[in-house]
This record gives sequence, structure tokens and C-alpha cells, in this order.
Amino acid sequence: MEIPAAIDPVAAARDAFGADILHVKRFRGETTLVVSAMRAPEALDYLRVSPGLVYNMLSDVSAVDYFPEDYGADFDGDECDFRPARFAVSYHILSMLYNRRLRVKAFADEADPRLPTATVVWPAANWLEREIADMMGITFDGHPDQRRLLMPDDWHGHPHRRDYPLGKETVAFSFNEAEIRKHKPFARN
Amino acid sequence: MGVSSKLGNLGVVTTTVEQAVNWARTGAMWPLLFGLACCAIEYMSSQASSYDLSRFGMELNRATPRQADLLIVSGRLTRKMAPVVRQLYDQMAEPKWVISMGDCASCGGVYNNYAIVQGVDEIIPVDVYIAGCPPRPEQLLHGILTLHEKVKGERVADWA
Repeated sequence: MEIPAAIDPVAAARDAFGADILHVKRFRGETTLVVSAMRAPEALDYLRVSPGLVYNMLSDVSAVDYFPEDYGADFDGDECDFRPARFAVSYHILSMLYNRRLRVKAFADEADPRLPTATVVWPAANWLEREIADMMGITFDGHPDQRRLLMPDDWHGHPHRRDYPLGKETVAFSFNEAEIRKHKPFARN
Repeated sequence: MGVSSKLGNLGVVTTTVEQAVNWARTGAMWPLLFGLACCAIEYMSSQASSYDLSRFGMELNRATPRQADLLIVSGRLTRKMAPVVRQLYDQMAEPKWVISMGDCASCGGVYNNYAIVQGVDEIIPVDVYIAGCPPRPEQLLHGILTLHEKVKGERVADWA
């Protein structure tokens, strides 16, 4: 069987999705496609099955929080990164046929961060998206199993958000140890 | 041991119930087979031949809390793991003791964050704290001997 020649994923995606490809960035040999959130799974499926692209492996799904002010209208992609909203989810996909990688990125709003699930394209995205939903608080619509992955089920908040408090307890030194111990919930039998 | 053991008849030893029971309890304390993190590696090392915990009657780790009377919390305790440790403690039969091994178990250590319990004394009552990150086997031995001293000081009146 003849393997079709590799084609440019950016041009192909632009042909297929037009204005839904919001931004393209090439940096040090890495290509990033920013797609609109609603059509992200569709774009991933297109990149997976199209001849000449065949990005047939999902390496990773990760999320970014650009809080407090590393996003917005100023980040238009001309001189700096393209970041229209607070949260971004990156799908790192690999074409084992052509041995090349691509990053597909979708943004989610701060008020109600949600994206359509990629598990319809890759079942492997299941736990990765659960981890993001748990730690970053981005809801994936249509996800088959929306429980938390890492934190306990009754946990409040999403620890990987940048506005989540970092430390848990004031560090005790000799001058403040008594005060800290006074409020510490010690266990009894 | 009483004076009479030195007076002629060496076959008889007089003592108090307290001392006899505490001697028995310290002589064969059975720890729970339970490790959390890197401190557990030092704990294993303490039981291996170089340090040989069996010198203190502790060669036997029980894999069930029903048969153990010493819980060594060896490592950082995550908040997700905390209910498990509390349940293990509750399942142990009285009398039972707890050693908090290492900085993480004692106060959270370097993990001053949301995921780690800031000292297992928030979850279970602790008898002996061992400092160190991780403590060397000698320190664990010292902690266990310190616990032995504490147990030897227990009074009949305090037994439940």
C-alpha cells in the first residue's frame, strides 16, 4: 500500500474549518493551532483521520490558567501570545505515520469554563480530562465519567488554579508557635 | 523487681502487676505493616539485619490492624489517605500506640500545601514524634525506645 504524502496540517485545517481556526503559531519547530472551543473535537477528529495528516495518537491533554492578567484583548497573537480567555486546554497529538507532532489549543471562559469532550475522538482522553476537571475546574461536556480523579470527592475548589491558596498553614517558629497550636485541630481518642 | 529476688530463693520474683504487664507490652510490641512514603524505606531498613528491630521484640509486622498495637505513620499523609489511616487506627485493639515518624508525619514537613495533612496529630493521637527527613534507623530505634519508656510509666489506674 502506498502511503500518501504528508500535507501541511495548518493549510488543511484552514481549508476545512476556516474562521474556526482562530490562530496559528509556529515556534522553534512546534506548531500550535488554536481552534474555537465548540469545534475542537471535530478538528481533532479531522486531524486524526485525514489522509496526509493521520495524527493518530493523543500524547497528552493539559490545561493552563492565565490568571490574573496574562490574557485578554492585549494578547492578540501579534507581538505576544494569543490568549483570548483565562483557561486553555492543549491537546498534544502525534502522527506516528509521519513522525511529527501538533498542538491543538482551545480556550475556555473564566465565568463558566467548559469545553466539549475529546473522549468521542480518543477514549484515552478520559482520565486526562478528568484530571483537568478536577484540578483546573474546566467542565467537559459529554464526558462519560465526571467524577474527580485525584482529589477526594468532597473537595472544594480546584488546586491547580492560580488563585488557589498555595500554603496550608503558617510556619511555626518559636515566636508564633503557641498561637498556631491554639487553633490547630488536634485529634482525640 | 523486688528485693526478695536477691535473698536466697532465686526462683521467686516479686513485682507489681503494672510492671509485669508493661514489661510484657514493651517486650513484644507488634507494629502494623504499614508504610506511606520514603520514611517507610528507613523503617524497612531498621528491620533489616544491620539495625535489627527484633532486638526489641519487634520483628513481627502484622498486616491486620486487629493484631497490631503500634502504628508507625511513616511518611507524608495526604488528605485523601487520612480517612484510611484513621480507620486503621480505629480498628486496632487497645492498648495501642502511635509513632509519628519523620517531619512530614509530625507537622507536614516541607509539604505546606493543600494536599498534605499538617501533622497526623490532626487525625490520630500521637505518642512519640520522631524528627528527621527521613529519620535514620537509629532515630527510629530511639523513638521506639522512648515509647517503651512511656509505656513502662503507664499506671493501672489509667487503664481503661
